[in-house]
Amino acid sequence: MADLETTDLKRLALHDLHVSLGARMVPFAGYEMPVQYPMGVLKEHLHTRSAAGLFDVSHMGQVVLWPKAGMQSLMLGFEALMPVDVLGLQEGRQRYGLLTSATGGILDDLMFANRGDHLFVVVNAACKAEDIAHLKAHLSPVAEVMPIADRGLLALQGPDAEGALSRLLPGIETMRFMDVATRDWTGAELWISRSGYTGEDGFEISVPNAHLRRFADTLLAEPGVAPIGLGARDSLRLEAGLCLYGHDIDTTTSPIEAGLAWAIQKSRRTCGARSGGFPGAERILTELADGPDRCRVGLRPEGRAPMRDGTVLYNGDTEIGIITSGGFGPSVEAPIAMGYVPAALSASGTRLEGEVRGKRLPVTVCDLPFRPSTYKR
Amino acid sequence: MKYTKEHEWLRVDGDLVTVGITEHAATQLGDVVFVELPEPETMVAEGDEVVVIESVKAASDILAPVDGEIVAVNEKLPDNPGLVNEDPLGAGWFFKMKLDDLSVLDDFMDEDEYNELIG
Repeated sequence: MADLETTDLKRLALHDLHVSLGARMVPFAGYEMPVQYPMGVLKEHLHTRSAAGLFDVSHMGQVVLWPKAGMQSLMLGFEALMPVDVLGLQEGRQRYGLLTSATGGILDDLMFANRGDHLFVVVNAACKAEDIAHLKAHLSPVAEVMPIADRGLLALQGPDAEGALSRLLPGIETMRFMDVATRDWTGAELWISRSGYTGEDGFEISVPNAHLRRFADTLLAEPGVAPIGLGARDSLRLEAGLCLYGHDIDTTTSPIEAGLAWAIQKSRRTCGARSGGFPGAERILTELADGPDRCRVGLRPEGRAPMRDGTVLYNGDTEIGIITSGGFGPSVEAPIAMGYVPAALSASGTRLEGEVRGKRLPVTVCDLPFRPSTYKR
Repeated sequence: MKYTKEHEWLRVDGDLVTVGITEHAATQLGDVVFVELPEPETMVAEGDEVVVIESVKAASDILAPVDGEIVAVNEKLPDNPGLVNEDPLGAGWFFKMKLDDLSVLDDFMDEDEYNELIG
């Protein structure tokens, strides 16, 4: 229980709200972030699954890519940085993307939206400075790269999210998963997407800082909506089988090893209309064709002891892999984890061992996600 | 009731001492999801890691506060680790120790001193 080191940490625009709600603030990615409220991580997690949770994710990087010479050249330019179909993304839609390195590792994962006359990108907090430099270095001929500093980002997640948000914004319920829209709310221009990172249906809403407190207060006054901290955000995304950058994916893991081949549309694959042409294409397309040497898998420890990030995995006496995210899944009511194992040991049902406090304990490879998502497709 | 700097409480009954963690510690830890207890009839020394608890956030150790013998453990905890949060001073106890020398307990804090520590 180390003392909180607050020097040099940035404060969220909603800092005072979090403190007034009784949040415990911790350093995360250079920000003072609410890790939990008095409800506690376990109940916050379950509340999000049964009602609605409001998350302040304003630490994440919001970036507008404004075209200098038309959307097509911007989209093709952005496509040259990711193994993802950008050009084919329709106006009003959002997609998951990955910035890759020349060696086929992952620089960051992100969401990008086609907002008609520009692209809107949301990147991880810990990567945002590097991402913005990377985007500027490669996109300056085709785009103005504009970090957005005057907006916060809120995620409203869970089965009651649609009802709560539609009482503020009638008609919002017609949005489908990964749709984006701009809506006025009492003078505030909201940039809304129907998405999130919990496995639940829900919305992410970019709000001008000047209106952020009023908007958050209004949502929190809706029945079923409770503030939820980073702790529950982590257990929710783990149950949903979603990667946390810096843990499950990083510059050493390829998208194929990470099980993110679904994010690579046909047009960018071998024989696709715009095949290759992204950093690391050689490794990534080879692994896509031949299979990777190792894969990210779901893992179920057999006892009650959680296996955390860094737990070494064994097959017999041989060290074969490592856990990259792990903890207790409140909805599955059991310890759960994700990690990397050799492809030959990645089939569901494969029994391995993880070393916890010097003891080898049984763990079984399983399918992801641990809990099916409830997106409104 | 006596308290340690590691946020354990010790309840003395004859030559038996029951050990648990304080409400403050339980709140700080968050929801406990796993408890591993020692075997009864184990001799332990002060500072030995005798209990492992895992919350939704992290793993922590409970140290033996004094030298002695573990004579009983709370068998309900492994199946119901949430008792540590629900009733840290009662049903969430961890183990009972038998002490040879009860005078060692004089060195620990009383309730007022502990409350001052946690401010």
